[in-house]
Amino acid sequence: MPKTIPENSVGIVTPQCLHFDEPLTLRSGKSIASYDLMVETYGTLNAAKSNAILICHALSGDHHAAGYHKESDAKPGWWDSCIGPGKPIDTNNFFVVSLNNLGGCAGSTGPTSINPKTGTFYGPDFPVITVRDWVNSQLRLMERLGINQWAAIVGGSLGGMQVMRWAISYPDKLRNAIMIAVAPKLSAQNIAFNEVARQSITADPHFHQGRYLEHGTYPKKGVMLARMVGHITYLSDSAMREKFGKAAETMTSDAIKSNFGRDLSTGKLSFGLDTDFQVESYLHYQGERFSEHFDANTYLLMTKALDYFDPTVDYDGSLSKAFANSNCRFLLMSFSSDWRFPPERSREIVDALLEARKQITYLEIVADQGHDAFLLPVPRYMEAFATYLQRVSDEVNS
Amino acid sequence: MMRPDLDIIQHWIAPRSRVLDLGCGDGSLLEYLKTNKQVSETGLEIDERNIQGCLSKGVNVIEQDLNKSLKNFGDKSFDTVLLTQTLQAVNYPDILIDEMLRIGNNCIVTFPNFGNWRSRLYLFWKGRMPVSNFMPYQWYNTPNIHFCTVRDFDELCRERNIKVITRTVVDHKHEGNWYIKLWPNLLGETAIYHISR
Repeated sequence: MPKTIPENSVGIVTPQCLHFDEPLTLRSGKSIASYDLMVETYGTLNAAKSNAILICHALSGDHHAAGYHKESDAKPGWWDSCIGPGKPIDTNNFFVVSLNNLGGCAGSTGPTSINPKTGTFYGPDFPVITVRDWVNSQLRLMERLGINQWAAIVGGSLGGMQVMRWAISYPDKLRNAIMIAVAPKLSAQNIAFNEVARQSITADPHFHQGRYLEHGTYPKKGVMLARMVGHITYLSDSAMREKFGKAAETMTSDAIKSNFGRDLSTGKLSFGLDTDFQVESYLHYQGERFSEHFDANTYLLMTKALDYFDPTVDYDGSLSKAFANSNCRFLLMSFSSDWRFPPERSREIVDALLEARKQITYLEIVADQGHDAFLLPVPRYMEAFATYLQRVSDEVNS
Repeated sequence: MMRPDLDIIQHWIAPRSRVLDLGCGDGSLLEYLKTNKQVSETGLEIDERNIQGCLSKGVNVIEQDLNKSLKNFGDKSFDTVLLTQTLQAVNYPDILIDEMLRIGNNCIVTFPNFGNWRSRLYLFWKGRMPVSNFMPYQWYNTPNIHFCTVRDFDELCRERNIKVITRTVVDHKHEGNWYIKLWPNLLGETAIYHISR
């Protein structure tokens, strides 16, 4: 059934595949001879080419950030809450560029692409990609589009790390760095969760040392588990209670006794190992859906890129030294219930920027939704984001 | 329109200097200083509406509670640190002023003078905590938990070896004249101090 597309949507969008022939040398020392990047753009580039905004995606994102590919799409792009006419990243004012990063599995060159050297899937042979490598490939994309300076580069989570890398490595290429729900590098706890995710994928009997596509299969269970554990870290305890513990409030005491005060998935306890609670079936469903469209090797690469990110390595471990040459203005926003990258992680960056004497604005948004809040239309977040970018638009469109 | 006490203090701020405004409100003063003195500005604020005001003015603002810690600001990392009409509402005014003097080369503090004759008369005749247009709160719900007088602040500066570069005390029209200069603690309503260490 065709749906009506909301007025504040960018509407139907068509991704394009851009091919790059110049070899890209990677942080690891390896290189990729040539590659494709899948790209979507929204809005119009102004005559001065000064109103472009680059969107950097997080772990499971891709180029499809806003709008719909076809009328029958059930859901819009992953950041449709923020991108569109009248939304914070207002496509009436800005030319928005969104890409699927190298190593991804949504059309850009990655483990599911054919390795020209072998004629078969890259699979586990795809080189490990770092945030720096992504930013270098994004710079090539920028040159291809004829843009000299981004009005802003925007990203949440792993996307925010790419923004940080841009501000450090290419200080003249951006006017504003907007980082949301970010951390200067992963904590040991963050890496631990990533390792659980990786182990669950590589331990799946269908993994075949990463050559599962050649075997005509994929590690469904492993990716499912990886996503489930990841998903738990994206939500807050209170967000989960809100979603799966509400029934208790309206229940009689007898009902509470029978389901321990949390929402049951089937109506009664199994007293076995079957799925009893809704949160379990929710995680199964999310994990299963994710495993059907997300490549296991890409998941491994993305978590490694996260683990390896540390902008201070070239600067004696000092984040403020890393920012020494940055010229842009910075906006950071964190969320109170985010325990993956909690506000104190953002404040580490804020403090480094203060020490480096940079232009910095920082907001700590009270929100219950955990790390995922950056994808959701939290009113104060939306308002602040829109106001900041309106100022940017006034500057670049005048 | 700018608050008249702000009009006085802007003369003490050097062009192109680095200014930190603690409790910067909606960013009006910093916007003025940015436009007219090309200062590099940072504001600290915790009120959401005020922060939104800073964003719409393009003023750099950091959501941080100055009652907690300012340890993230380096020694002498700003030329001037401002605290306007906020001193009386903070938890530990003396500690905050020490911190301001650590962070800034010089500091500007403004506060309502509780030694003013109106407050004295109100307390004397009514025997109750003064309530006025300027101080519209009752004793139990006021954010102003540390009122002081001009003489109290002078004493603090003396005890702590704080150098008073300039002291201006003005009335409700924010004008200073010969009789306020003569009896600042009795006639002045707003005290404006330019201090350093």
